Amino acid sequence: MNDSSEPRAALGPDGEYAAHLAEGRFMLQQCCQCERHVFFPRVLCPHCGGSQLQWTAASGGGTVYSATVVRRKPQHGGDYSVVLVDLDEGPRMMSRVEGLAPDAVRIGMRVRARIVSAPDSADSAWFVVFDPVTETLQ
Amino acid sequence: MSTANTLRGSAAIVGASLGTPGPRPGLSALDIMADAASGALREAGLTLADVDGLFVGSAYHYLSTLSAAEYLGIQPRFSDNNMVGGSSFVAHLLTAAMALATGQCNVALICYGSNQGTGFGTLKSMSEVQKYEAPYQPRYPISSYALAAARHMHQYGTTRRDLAEVAVAARAWARLNPDAQDRGPLSVDDVLAARMISDPLGLLDCCLVTDGGGALVLVRAERARDFPKPPVYVLGVAAAHWHRQISCMPDLTVTAAAESGPRAMAMAGITHRDVDVVELYDAFTINTLLFLEDLGFCAKGEGGAFVQGGGIAPGGRLPVNTNGGGLSCCHPGMYGIFLLVEAVRQLRAEAGQRQIDGANIALCHGNGGVLSSQVTAVLGGAATL
Repeated sequence: MNDSSEPRAALGPDGEYAAHLAEGRFMLQQCCQCERHVFFPRVLCPHCGGSQLQWTAASGGGTVYSATVVRRKPQHGGDYSVVLVDLDEGPRMMSRVEGLAPDAVRIGMRVRARIVSAPDSADSAWFVVFDPVTETLQ
Repeated sequence: MSTANTLRGSAAIVGASLGTPGPRPGLSALDIMADAASGALREAGLTLADVDGLFVGSAYHYLSTLSAAEYLGIQPRFSDNNMVGGSSFVAHLLTAAMALATGQCNVALICYGSNQGTGFGTLKSMSEVQKYEAPYQPRYPISSYALAAARHMHQYGTTRRDLAEVAVAARAWARLNPDAQDRGPLSVDDVLAARMISDPLGLLDCCLVTDGGGALVLVRAERARDFPKPPVYVLGVAAAHWHRQISCMPDLTVTAAAESGPRAMAMAGITHRDVDVVELYDAFTINTLLFLEDLGFCAKGEGGAFVQGGGIAPGGRLPVNTNGGGLSCCHPGMYGIFLLVEAVRQLRAEAGQRQIDGANIALCHGNGGVLSSQVTAVLGGAATL
């Protein structure tokens, strides 16, 4: 179904997810058997055990399920947000909300995904953060 | 052909020890473990040569039973290091009971030691990095518990004051326990005023970081009365886990204790009314609320109300964490063994000032990972067989 998935198979699920992000696409796996979405990437569906998973574009929409502010000294970068976001497709992921003070992030807040790079991280060079929906509407 | 219930009361704890509690500068994790193991065997009137079943949890030794057996100079016939974080030792109770019942071993030693307090000063962990959480730098493990607390507050109106009540109750118990490591006075306002670490959890919502060791010796119930101390019987044990990383926990307000608790109590054949004393794995204040609810001591969402006004403090409606818990007694990184040793002390009526009169049944609940592994055990005195 997805054009770009075939040549990437050798990367494995983690590699394929990362490769999509590097090219600006936030993709999720979807089970061909039960049609539920899967995150984190893997080789089988944790809902039904199905082994056929296809990559599909995430809508990018989500809702903050829970939120914390990790306290950090200003000289080390200051406080930052860590959230769990329920993606509109179903899976939940850890992330952070950017674009507002960490302590202004609220459970239930609608958010939209954005891909950012982490130049200091070799393992996950690209990852998904979220912006409050009101600030990203065009 | 009942399965689990045939194990009810089949194994008994005949030795329990914390070794020498408190800071142990200069000692390694294995040194501290060996001290506790030696103490538990001494209580039982046994020696290391009698041990043929070994159960070890460790955040220091990858091949923990091998390292422990080598250090102790024993060659066990059966060993198990089922690693489910801090709940491991509670889980080992079940395996030990099975191994004893089937003749795989005759004397089971469950032991633990950690020099986390003097050696590291922070949580020692062998955990792998969670690839899809690490980019966001949650503080491990506290941010995971903070996310659960925030969700509980959002969904049920639980307050930071409710959480603080848990820490204050733990301290009140610790003040009755000479072995507890933090015994100064503590008020709700003190807890609320402590610096925040990962909202809504502040410094005093977090367990201590200490040294510590613990050990238990178990034998088959049929010979348990031949030992110096009154036997404490393993009436029920059950484990459940539903996730590893917090982002994969189905509902952050419901732990797998909701499954392990009822199974352990069914195996023991008891109801909540039978429970005299409760020992819960309180790595953070939110744990105690979640486990009181999930184990059925109060309804979901009512943990805050349950602990208000000293509900679980000395003289409250339910004695919880009578040693002072991980919050005020000790927390060397894997706390599960301390739940069990305190329960044994209570059931033998050896708990001094903090003794619950006539304690006959104790419920212990271990937690591992980030609310991930949940293991419940029901222990009882002779009258419960």
